[in-house]
Amino acid sequence: MHEGGLPNPAPSIKPPLWLLAELTYACPLQCAYCSNPVDFAEHGKTMDTETWIRVLRDARQMGALQLGLSGGEPLVRTDLEVLVAEAHSLGYYSNLITSGLGMDAARAKALKAAGLDHIQVSFQSSEANQNDEIAGTRSYAHKIDMARAVKSAGFPMVLCFVLHRDNLHRLSEMLDLAIDLEADYVELATTQYYGWALLNRDRLLPTLEQVREAEAVANGYKARLKGKMDIYFVVPDYYENRPKPCMNGWGSVFMVVAPDGTALPCHAARQLPGFEFPNVQTMSIKDIWQTSDAFNRYRGDAWMKDPCRTCPEKEKDFGGCRCQAFQFTGDAANADPVCSKSGERHLVDEAISSARNTTVETPIIFRNPKNSDKYAIKLSELSPGSK
Amino acid sequence: MSEPSLSAGPIRLARGHRVQFEQAQNCDVLLYPEGVVQLNESAAVILKLVDGTRTAADIAAELNRQYPGEDLTADVREFLEIANARGWIT
Repeated sequence: MHEGGLPNPAPSIKPPLWLLAELTYACPLQCAYCSNPVDFAEHGKTMDTETWIRVLRDARQMGALQLGLSGGEPLVRTDLEVLVAEAHSLGYYSNLITSGLGMDAARAKALKAAGLDHIQVSFQSSEANQNDEIAGTRSYAHKIDMARAVKSAGFPMVLCFVLHRDNLHRLSEMLDLAIDLEADYVELATTQYYGWALLNRDRLLPTLEQVREAEAVANGYKARLKGKMDIYFVVPDYYENRPKPCMNGWGSVFMVVAPDGTALPCHAARQLPGFEFPNVQTMSIKDIWQTSDAFNRYRGDAWMKDPCRTCPEKEKDFGGCRCQAFQFTGDAANADPVCSKSGERHLVDEAISSARNTTVETPIIFRNPKNSDKYAIKLSELSPGSK
Repeated sequence: MSEPSLSAGPIRLARGHRVQFEQAQNCDVLLYPEGVVQLNESAAVILKLVDGTRTAADIAAELNRQYPGEDLTADVREFLEIANARGWIT
């Protein structure tokens, strides 16, 4: 491709590997830890089939390989099979990230026929009532049926359990369920505190004791199931003393396209002030990736301040998460305050204490359009750096 | 429980895994649910022979035929052991 062609205008910028297509914000579930923006109800029109197809083509041409079809609930879209077929013909490895609602056995087969490679089904709990309570929708029984349908259609299946204070003690039950459903991989997805989860953080953040206990359970199953079922459990970063290598670095491998076409370097970036995020309807994927200010702002390490700037670990964790730095300190260019080298680590410790002092009687704020209108304003007042 | 050992019978890529050439990266890659691994040339040559009909011994014999000179059996075996431990093949 390069030989004899035009020289690559930006040789230092590697192509994106991951395209996450958030096809819609519509979702029958109301999970209080959803990573969608709290103000989703105010966002623009969801893009049509033709526009998404162009996005898939352009990103693939840039080199994107892994495609996440997400939302909201992507099965809400009646054109999902069309988009999957296009992705397949372009050579993507396509991953459907779903709650299972909107699926039936026939649709699982149709998606397989269209060339979908893999399905990730999320569960809110291993216990039916708790699952339905957290999801804000009666959905457990259907999810079980759909997990079985996914397997019988021949897909590799990832089961994703989203973990927080109320369900962490059920970890072994969740893993037993995963074994029963013949999951190929299990993601024990510790809630990350962005979007709706940030709004509910005091109520959802587990204690350190809970986390350590769960970690021991997960490690036991991991050892027992080695080679049969892969289990991923990541300790919530608030309890680490080094930050996560968020997105493997800003603008390094990952591009999110939101339902209205806004292109983002990560799911949560839209909250950052002082940005004009490009839109795929008015700018090419190539220009967005290579030349837009939004994707270049925190690329590499020239933007870093101390302690990251001179830190020997900066190539390992890239200074952590820009959104987390912003959420805690008001400046996205600061070190992720999870890091013990950050001068602001005390802010994370205060969040942990605040959660510890929050009782389970505190109401949970569910993700739905009504709460979106109500809390969008409140959250922006809470963010220290927003004006 | 110990590592599952490499099968003596025919081996195939694990469910949901595939190898394809990527122009943008100018190399073969192994794709699986939510993951990508860039393959070096020898890894790609070996994995492309993993087709559900050949055994590890067949693959080594095939490569020894294609690249006469040094005996590649031990190298092929070593790579397949790693691929097996990582869950790429069964």
